[in-house]
Amino acid sequence: MSTNVYMEALSPTMEEGRVVKWHKRDGDPVKVGETLAEVETDKAVMDLVARADGVLRQVAAAEGQTVAVGSVVAVIAAPGEAVGAAPAAAAPVASSGSGKRETLKDSLTVAGNVATVTTPAPVAVVPLPATAPADATLVKASPLARRMAKEAGVDLKLVAGSGPGGRVVKKDLERTPSQGTPVASPPGAAVPSTVARVPFPERSGAPYDDIPLTQIRKTIAKRLATSLGPIPHFFLTTEVDMERASEARDALNKQLGDQGKVSFNDIIIKATAHALTKHPACNAWFQDDHIRYWHEVHIGMAVAVEDGLITPVIRNADLKSLADIGREAKELAERARNRRLQPSEYTGATFSVSNLGMFDIDQFTAVINPPEAGIIAVGSMVQKAVVVDGQVTARRRMRITMSCDHRVIDGATGAAFLKTLKQMLENPLAMLL
Amino acid sequence: MATLTYRDALNQALREEMQRDPNVFLMGEEVGVYQGAYKVSRGLLEEFGPTRVVDTPIAELGFAGVGVGAAMAGLRPVIEFMTWNFAVLALDQIVNSAAKILYESGGQIPIPIVFRGPNGAALQLAAQHSQAWDSWLSHIPGLKVVAPATPADAKGLLKSAIRDNNPVIVLEGEMLYNLKGEVPEGEHVVPIGRADVKRPGRDVTFVCHSKTVAVALKAAEQLAEHEGISAEVLDLRSLRPLDEEAIVGSVARTNRAVVIEEGWPHAGIGAQVVDVIQREAFDQLDAPVLRVTQADVPMPYSKQLERLAKPSPERVVAAARRVLYLD
Repeated sequence: MSTNVYMEALSPTMEEGRVVKWHKRDGDPVKVGETLAEVETDKAVMDLVARADGVLRQVAAAEGQTVAVGSVVAVIAAPGEAVGAAPAAAAPVASSGSGKRETLKDSLTVAGNVATVTTPAPVAVVPLPATAPADATLVKASPLARRMAKEAGVDLKLVAGSGPGGRVVKKDLERTPSQGTPVASPPGAAVPSTVARVPFPERSGAPYDDIPLTQIRKTIAKRLATSLGPIPHFFLTTEVDMERASEARDALNKQLGDQGKVSFNDIIIKATAHALTKHPACNAWFQDDHIRYWHEVHIGMAVAVEDGLITPVIRNADLKSLADIGREAKELAERARNRRLQPSEYTGATFSVSNLGMFDIDQFTAVINPPEAGIIAVGSMVQKAVVVDGQVTARRRMRITMSCDHRVIDGATGAAFLKTLKQMLENPLAMLL
Repeated sequence: MATLTYRDALNQALREEMQRDPNVFLMGEEVGVYQGAYKVSRGLLEEFGPTRVVDTPIAELGFAGVGVGAAMAGLRPVIEFMTWNFAVLALDQIVNSAAKILYESGGQIPIPIVFRGPNGAALQLAAQHSQAWDSWLSHIPGLKVVAPATPADAKGLLKSAIRDNNPVIVLEGEMLYNLKGEVPEGEHVVPIGRADVKRPGRDVTFVCHSKTVAVALKAAEQLAEHEGISAEVLDLRSLRPLDEEAIVGSVARTNRAVVIEEGWPHAGIGAQVVDVIQREAFDQLDAPVLRVTQADVPMPYSKQLERLAKPSPERVVAAARRVLYLD
């Protein structure tokens, strides 16, 4: 008498689980309660344990594969027992995260008349009937995907299929970075903090990294997006002492003479770009199933125009001098107001700055410009009585509020960035570090 | 290049071939005095006289048989059927005589005959008069079958059909006769058995012929405009022989195919095309091939139901989205 091993719901909200590592292999004897595999749920990495004594057979979910709760991932057979009807090959969940599973019949419908092929309704999560082919190692892949995998030396079992029933298709392999590298993240990796996970930006090579969403990140994204509108904003405000920035600006403008002027906004753009290079977790786009962490810093600059608002982009703002940023910002703003911007000049920002200081606004919250994950809102600079070194004195102060997309940026991540930005503005020389 | 209707392109092909070869003659119901039920033979009786433009009684089996006899005797008859729906009565002559005599005579007696006329549905002609015979006729060894979609192909393929020493079926369309397009003047011959890319694309191949070429082109346009999907439209033009090389070549580029035809799904032309693709382009396929066909029912008379029964750009778009894994 054999017992099916199901992907179990290891957390109350778990809909799918990723097999991180099998502790038992096909043919290994197992006892009730022994750990069969580690499974990454939406919350943590948990153990999947044996519910019967016997021999593990027909392992149908590869390491790295994501499987819907209720799918059969293996069978525990009595020792020596020949397992007849095989479990259905585990139905990996499409990377879109949809819970839809197609019936075997449908996935085998080839060239059926479209008019008569009905799309199966999403089904409740139940164990699959044991009607699938006996080969439990079967990986569903299109013929083209099989050929591409063979040519590239990629193990199809490690590729998460996005087609119906988890079928591996061409685009899944086009995402595979290089020879033999599985698309799924390596098994056994704990869930690192967002900040630590983000690669330090390098100027060489690709302009960005696409990091697949982990289960916990997926859950955060799903939950927060449904809780507070399409983009779950949260806001962080800090007050910045602008005395030294003001002094620096005066000195710079004196030196520049008639070769242009540096505005506070230019200094803020420069400081923001610099701070982003130190906090790449905030220099990112939310992209449905992955987060794009940019190696380049392109700052969108909100400019009010006659009947609305547009955000021309200062590209690679971290690499440009203040004078260059000043000239470029002025020129872009002018052309924005004259509606002379090319689309390439107002798209592609990785982060934005909105400044209402000139309107005597103390502080405000700006709306994120998707797919960017953050924007800072700059209020007006005012003289305030503050305590410095135990003495009450008048200082120029300015409030900055950062809006964060919680799907990408967590509270501490945003706060750390904002702290760096504040330090840079309060001590502009820090930008030279 | 002159812009002609499909009807006038066929007329031009007939006239030029009758001028070129005195053995070519046209026979059928109303082809002479009435100048053709769809005016394809306009002016031919006047130019060539009643021995070469022959009106017949309403007796399809009879005049098809006369045609086969004339071909055996060395003439090159063009037999017009008022519609292929009526030609069912003549299938014995087409299938049992025209298609087999060369074989049965040990290669001694070629049958250089053309059977032509409108095929498939028009508008509200109901179940008996709205049928596409493409797969019936393509099933028979000994017959060649062409189904032009444009005026230029209509002229070029009819000329090839008349010059061919085998029986050739030309499938036209009532809804195609008014279609306008540029047609090369004079000697313009489209070889039988050669498909044509009517619109190049990268993401999915639409294999189609005859009236469904327009359906596929419209679907391709919608996909390009609204979804940024680039569909290649491959017009088969000939159903037998089938241009397997062109089909395989296109699928090798796009990795996906939707096959569209006017006929019913069961044992249709599309099934044959899918057979070629799965056999010759297996390792190029990224998704199962889908088909868009007429609904598997006798054609309804109701205008709304007829519209739903026919292949439509909407259904082609839906199939394309499925093979691209977008739905």
